[in-house]
Amino acid sequence: MGCGLCLVACVVEHSKTKDILMAYKQETPRPTPRNVVEEGEEGACFSLQCRHCQEPDCVDACVNGALYIDNGVIKVNKDHCVACWMCVMACPYGCIYREEREGSWNSNKCDLCPGRDVPACVEICPNRALVYEER
Amino acid sequence: MRYVIIGNSAAGVHAVEEIRKRDGEGEIVMFSREPYLAYSRPLITEFLFDGVPVRKMSYRDASFYRDNRVDLRLGVEVVEIDREKKEVLDSRGERTPYDKLLIATGGTPFVPPIKGGDRGGIFTMMTWDSAKAVKERLPKTKRAVVLGGGLIGMKTAEGIYEAGVPTTVVELAPQILGRILDRRGAEIFQDYLEKKGMEIITGDTVEEVVGESEVEAVRLRSGRVLECDLLIVAIGVVPNMDLAKKAGLQVNRGIVVNERMQTSDPDIYAAGDVAEAFDIVVKEKRVNAIWPVANRQGRIAGANMAGGEKVFTGEFPKNSLKLLGLEMISMGLVDSPDDSCQVITRDEGERYVYRKFIFKDGHVLGGIFVGEIDKAGIVTGMIKNGVRMNGNRERLLYGPPQLIYLDEEYREEKLTRPVVS
Repeated sequence: MGCGLCLVACVVEHSKTKDILMAYKQETPRPTPRNVVEEGEEGACFSLQCRHCQEPDCVDACVNGALYIDNGVIKVNKDHCVACWMCVMACPYGCIYREEREGSWNSNKCDLCPGRDVPACVEICPNRALVYEER
Repeated sequence: MRYVIIGNSAAGVHAVEEIRKRDGEGEIVMFSREPYLAYSRPLITEFLFDGVPVRKMSYRDASFYRDNRVDLRLGVEVVEIDREKKEVLDSRGERTPYDKLLIATGGTPFVPPIKGGDRGGIFTMMTWDSAKAVKERLPKTKRAVVLGGGLIGMKTAEGIYEAGVPTTVVELAPQILGRILDRRGAEIFQDYLEKKGMEIITGDTVEEVVGESEVEAVRLRSGRVLECDLLIVAIGVVPNMDLAKKAGLQVNRGIVVNERMQTSDPDIYAAGDVAEAFDIVVKEKRVNAIWPVANRQGRIAGANMAGGEKVFTGEFPKNSLKLLGLEMISMGLVDSPDDSCQVITRDEGERYVYRKFIFKDGHVLGGIFVGEIDKAGIVTGMIKNGVRMNGNRERLLYGPPQLIYLDEEYREEKLTRPVVS
């Protein structure tokens, strides 16, 4: 239904305070969502985030190993990333984002919410359009 | 089982990882004629002006070699492959037997014979050592000329320019970046770079290097003379396949491999910039000397060397490039090969934004994104997966591409099936 709550949940989960008001109003830089809601014509829409591919094109494209696979989860080491955007070029889902932090850039992506059993976007989805399962 | 890997860059490193996933016992010996742990070759031009800290140039640190128990022989070059005895001879005169061998020797810059080409101050850019040599010279360089306006040439020109040295690029073709941009895209980049102060000369080349012992100027084919005290030659890269040739392996423009990355000798594999493998856009074998392809081929070779069954389904050119702050991404073809293709473009070159897509029989064969690059990978995925796109094509020209523009069938496939990539 395109409510966008998954985006809010993602921002809050990856904020310092994990508080919705603080995350949106006080934190700088404000965390940006690591997912996207695509909207087409005739009301079609869906929420999309990294699929954590088994043989990920993004990791193959990364020039210096900033993207890596950790127990099946594709992660980005933001302190190693050089913002060359080879991952943006490679991801067939368009699920790696350019992020600016204090004047320098790095890529940013879904990390499946470490420490949570179910990612925040899935938990908040009001009509259970998002499902968390292994395929 | 003893695996021998010649080359310690993208392909070699990924072969190690795949071998170890399948074989914890076998011995892995890795040769590199360079003295460094694996580093990011695409970042060496950043080194010229400290564009990224040296620690970010590291591709794998010492723990990688330790954890994977790699017997790493740095600064040692393999000089001969003896297929009869199944051993390699190295530059120290030592022989190392192999059961499975991987040739991941990459490429070397091609330097044509140029009159006066033996003067000092002429360099190529392919290795960290070459970048160190150039960087060392920069403080006493008043003006630099880069011969070749391809990817390496332009990134080198950027590095030298950013280090504060006036730089001129000389490119023989009518446009720069001919492999990754069409004429218009290149024009937009050239305009941007010239406004920043870089000089770019197209349709001309260096015919003579002038100078006593060191380069003092270059004379172009047009007769024009450019004073300079540093010349970078970056007109192309050729695969390092002398070893393979001498060993009698089948070679063409690269070492010929099958879909398992096996050469004409089933115990010898090749991967990366040295290998010639299937390109799904032009539908023939060719060398796609780009980082992501080297990684994938290395993984496939490594897996198969250790008894796995992985198949290379083909690749195609795909690049992301940033020059003095202007960003671009392109994939597949950049020019329409014939009239049977449909081409759509959006040209806002005056603000350095440009897009172009090439379609044939409902499939996208190529795309260019200049200036606005978000989610460009969706188009890369469309080429890779041979997705048909009939409606909504114009939408690719504006805003980030979306999966929702594509046929429902493809979306279902991509979003609900197990994901390989």
